[in-house]
Amino acid sequence: MMKCIIVDDETAARMIIEHLCSNVDTLEVIGEFPNAMQAIKFLNKNEVDVIFLDIHMPDFTGFDFIDSLKNPPRVVLTTSDKNFAIEAFEYDCIVDYLVKPVLLPRFLKAVQKIESFIPVTETVATPTPISKTTAEPTSKTELYVNIDRRLVKIDFEKIYLVEAKGDYILIKTEGKNYTVHSTLKKIEEKLSGSSFLKVHRSYIINIDKIIDIEDNSILIAKDVIPISRSNRPELMKRLNLL
Amino acid sequence: MEQPNFSYIDALSGGDEAFKLKLIAIVKEELPVEIDVYVANMKIKNFQEAAENVHKLKHKISILGLETSYELAVNFEENLKENSLELKEEFDAILKEMLRFINTL
Repeated sequence: MMKCIIVDDETAARMIIEHLCSNVDTLEVIGEFPNAMQAIKFLNKNEVDVIFLDIHMPDFTGFDFIDSLKNPPRVVLTTSDKNFAIEAFEYDCIVDYLVKPVLLPRFLKAVQKIESFIPVTETVATPTPISKTTAEPTSKTELYVNIDRRLVKIDFEKIYLVEAKGDYILIKTEGKNYTVHSTLKKIEEKLSGSSFLKVHRSYIINIDKIIDIEDNSILIAKDVIPISRSNRPELMKRLNLL
Repeated sequence: MEQPNFSYIDALSGGDEAFKLKLIAIVKEELPVEIDVYVANMKIKNFQEAAENVHKLKHKISILGLETSYELAVNFEENLKENSLELKEEFDAILKEMLRFINTL
């Protein structure tokens, strides 16, 4: 019997996957969660064999969720979007990709893939802190961003988080958030290396603004940010641990 | 106009009437909330968030057996990501029809 959990913010979607699982003798649903954080907490205390995981969820995407797991079990993605199929292939743990609405015949194929899946031996990921060339401290303490044809000054010390949002980045400061047409890589180059660190492929944080770190996530201001497995060692190195 | 129906729910439930009723009840509960969030984001012209809402609504559209409407929603979601309102009227009409349908259940 394979123990599985379902992670999806839609109740209807969880109910559908649970119903499909009930048609398979080898699957036992031991938990269902409307968000990634609850699932992470559950996984820290329980072992599961399979996760049915929605990609589109508020706060954490399905990929953020996988990145935050030390040893992800087999994952079947469930989504209404066919566009993530290529990204899904980058993850060894992803067994299949179900496009909603899912029906039993297609679900059974996914189960076959789960049963025949042989996990790839884990390779040691290279930590990806802000690179030397980009992390060299600069004398600048602020940057200017183009907002509606105005160049707005943002002090580095006020920034607590930068999040990648497709072709845009969301710069979060203590007073205001700014959506800017740019990339995480570009702002990495602009930020001083001393207090900023890329903790996930979608997030750069200001280490000075961390409130606490729990397992695979960071609380910074009101945001909970995932930490990638590969970025965690660099983060720990940069913290003033007692 | 394409009409909401139980083709998907029937195929999924495989005659399990209790499951079918439970799923319908959840759709009746979730759909109006999801539509309200979409309308609110459209009102404040937050088209990127509205695109996310449309993405979420696509699943409800497919649950109610609306295959052609699903394709329209896919295109509308892409339009919103580009800050374009093309297909908004058609999409809103789909939502209206879905609400009318679930209110008859």
